[in-house]
Amino acid sequence: MDFLIGLYDSLPVAIQIILKIVVIMGPLMVLVAYYTYAERKVIGYMQVRIGPNRVGPKGWGQPIADAVKLMFKEIVLPTHADKTLFLIAPLLSIGPALAAWAVFPFDTGLVLADINAGLLYLLAMTSIGVYGVIIAGWASNSKYAFLGAIRCAAQIVSYEIAMGFALVGVLVVAGSLNLGQIVEGQSGGFWNWYWLPLLPLFVIYFISGVAETNRAPFDVAEGESEIVAGFHVDYSGMAFAVFFLAEYANMILISALTALMFLGGWLSPFQGTFMESWFAWVPGIIWLVAKTFVFMFLFLWFRATFPRYRYDQIMRLGWKIFIPITIVWIVVAGAMQVYDIGPWYQ
Amino acid sequence: MSFEKFLFYLFAAILVGSALMVITRRNPVHSALFLVLAFFNMAAIWLLAEAEFLAIVLVLVYVGAVMVLFLFVIMMLDIDLATVRAGFIKHLPVGIVVAVLMLVEMVLVLGPKHFGLTKYAAPEAAPADYNNTAELGLSLFTQHLYALEIAAVILLVAMIAAISLTLRKRPDSKRQNVTRQHMVKKKDRLKIIKMPAEEKG
Repeated sequence: MDFLIGLYDSLPVAIQIILKIVVIMGPLMVLVAYYTYAERKVIGYMQVRIGPNRVGPKGWGQPIADAVKLMFKEIVLPTHADKTLFLIAPLLSIGPALAAWAVFPFDTGLVLADINAGLLYLLAMTSIGVYGVIIAGWASNSKYAFLGAIRCAAQIVSYEIAMGFALVGVLVVAGSLNLGQIVEGQSGGFWNWYWLPLLPLFVIYFISGVAETNRAPFDVAEGESEIVAGFHVDYSGMAFAVFFLAEYANMILISALTALMFLGGWLSPFQGTFMESWFAWVPGIIWLVAKTFVFMFLFLWFRATFPRYRYDQIMRLGWKIFIPITIVWIVVAGAMQVYDIGPWYQ
Repeated sequence: MSFEKFLFYLFAAILVGSALMVITRRNPVHSALFLVLAFFNMAAIWLLAEAEFLAIVLVLVYVGAVMVLFLFVIMMLDIDLATVRAGFIKHLPVGIVVAVLMLVEMVLVLGPKHFGLTKYAAPEAAPADYNNTAELGLSLFTQHLYALEIAAVILLVAMIAAISLTLRKRPDSKRQNVTRQHMVKKKDRLKIIKMPAEEKG
């Protein structure tokens, strides 16, 4: 072990950073692959079906088989498509989804880039993911793809405002834009996490996150019953797979961020109770992953349960309900901060 | 040349290149996308100048929201490039005169003789715990509070003006009143009628 640490320290800084990126990206990609499998299984059981069970034991080989299949399929370029933009679009979609993990803290000090404005950086990264969708829809030169892109652009811009305001509430309570400090500010057990003082913002943040990732019931950008597959209708093979990866990576990111900002991140839920010492051996990252899985499951549960929203109702929900509630709650959070209400404010 | 200098010249070159592409591309969507690239490189240069808050906000506001709406509009419009480009040669002399005038004015005000290490000492690198965001917030909400509030009011007025100019009531649109839809009870919509069972004939 000492030998390995010595070897690591002797490497140039650039190589060390690349190693760290690999350590984050590797498990993330495996998680994305098995998240697609979990989705098919979970929704299958919810609808009293079995789901994929042919490849490998209990269907565990299914994601690998799918990946191999997509890799060997032809990438069809539609005639009159804007070829450069058509091929750049999937990259623009997955780039921000992966770049956002750079500032994500997995435990105390366990972060790739510990920057002061981490929260802002995350908001910026989640907001530029929309370019992949818009460019894909436009470059395909197809009306279905274009309709999907237009729907998606309007939806993401609308929900981003509610999402940003929800994060302003977190910022008011935590007094910091640094993600590590936001988690540290929640220490003290279950009742000290920000979900309670910011309950409306917590709910709105997660729902806006579902809308921002274009998942059911907000999946009008794909809307297979109306516009076939929306923005990626003309994509095939690996180009389609990259869009798919980006969507699931974004879902995992939103789940992890909700866990980080409202459910205390890597902090143990038993802090401050008599059970604290029983669970002291559990590493923080396990708690973080467990909390993230709760939200990842919710994404699947939503998809199996809710019918798709009508487009005008999506807009109404975003602009007329979420944004006013978040604005009111920022004022409430500010007042609680000034008058030292509850254990969250010192 | 230090690594930072190399990065600066790299980003600056891409910035100028993409700015040129914005005005020379035939396709307006390509122009808009090159403008996005220009914003990104500007943000990178600001990061090099240790203005991380401004850099991220530039990406967040301009790239994440303003340019998305821009693209949205450009894609929806059916711009006929032939009419846009008609009369390009006719107006070229006037355009050149205006461009030269602006260039001369900018060189007079922003020319190299106003800057340089002799005029301004090189700023010292901020310590590691320096928080750009907090400093900016303190300054904005104490020293420049009135200016900030006035800017906010002007923006609000502009927003209300834009909405009131474009808002129109359409009598033929079939709007739904969602509040009333939610208030509906079962007895408002459903009537259960008792009727005798049919007898076998």
